[in-house]
Amino acid sequence: MRGQLPLLFGVAPFGMAYGAYAIEAGLSGGLTQAMSAIVFGGASQFVAVQLIASGVPGGMIVLATLLVNLRHMLYSASLAPSVEQLGLRWRWLLAYLLTDEAYAVSMTRVARGVDGPFRHWFILGAGFALWATWQVTTSLGIFLGAAVPDSWSLDFALPLTFLALLMPVLTSRAALAAAAVAGVVAVAGFDWPYGVALVAAIAAGLVAGVGVERALGGASGEQVSA
Amino acid sequence: MNLWLTVAGMGAVTYGIRLSLLVFVSHTSLPAAARDALRFVMPAVLLAIILPAVLYVGDDKTIDLSPGNERLIAAVAAAAVAWATKNVWLTVGLGMCALWVLQWAT
Repeated sequence: MRGQLPLLFGVAPFGMAYGAYAIEAGLSGGLTQAMSAIVFGGASQFVAVQLIASGVPGGMIVLATLLVNLRHMLYSASLAPSVEQLGLRWRWLLAYLLTDEAYAVSMTRVARGVDGPFRHWFILGAGFALWATWQVTTSLGIFLGAAVPDSWSLDFALPLTFLALLMPVLTSRAALAAAAVAGVVAVAGFDWPYGVALVAAIAAGLVAGVGVERALGGASGEQVSA
Repeated sequence: MNLWLTVAGMGAVTYGIRLSLLVFVSHTSLPAAARDALRFVMPAVLLAIILPAVLYVGDDKTIDLSPGNERLIAAVAAAAVAWATKNVWLTVGLGMCALWVLQWAT
């Protein structure tokens, strides 16, 4: 458990910011909490709240969620070898808890060589602790959001939270290019309907990232970073 | 009701992605091209959300690149804090304070 305490603290402000932001954006407390329990994916929840607040149709929100969470496929792939001995029930359970943070914790453990027959219990413990933290801090955020008047501009917690997430992932020139291109497309397409701008921005960002990486000659083999 | 359906759909696709290689397609690895592309999802999504939220301001949501845009200034300050400290609490806390001070001062 010691290995993940810093991560739990790291998740706590995101959870609170999400809860407060969702309430500020006009979502009901029940829906805000349900999204944390059902989706359990921070970045995609923030994005969904923003799209809901701008009246984007549900199908488009689901598509945006798909794009934002597509990266979990990487985690699913790299975790697969360590769970192949396990029964289906275990895999379904671990998959539900598979977030950025749970993946980071379990992979650090593997990298340190701490491995063995009980590793799935470790992943389960880490995943569940993160899940519980996410639910509780969402609730705290819901109360906070309801208590704080609109004039406090709590919606600003969204860009701030994302800034804190962004800095650690800007690890290469390719990542920088992906972010810059996506940002410019999102700004240029601000008036486009149905949330199309976000989807276009992500797609353009991926192309830019891969393109720059190829141009610089340093593709594959790099450490996967979430 | 529609929103609940949306959340259910979000949950279904997210769970589907997480299950994909763990349950449905074991012993398959992602093609290298997909692997490379997926690493850029996070930086792309994050700045695509941040920039419009910071640049389009006011009740009429018009673009404002001037130093008079309090959100832009506060976000630049918060970005510096995030860069220097990698600390979420500090980034969100100081960023909110910066915005309040700027709004109060103008």
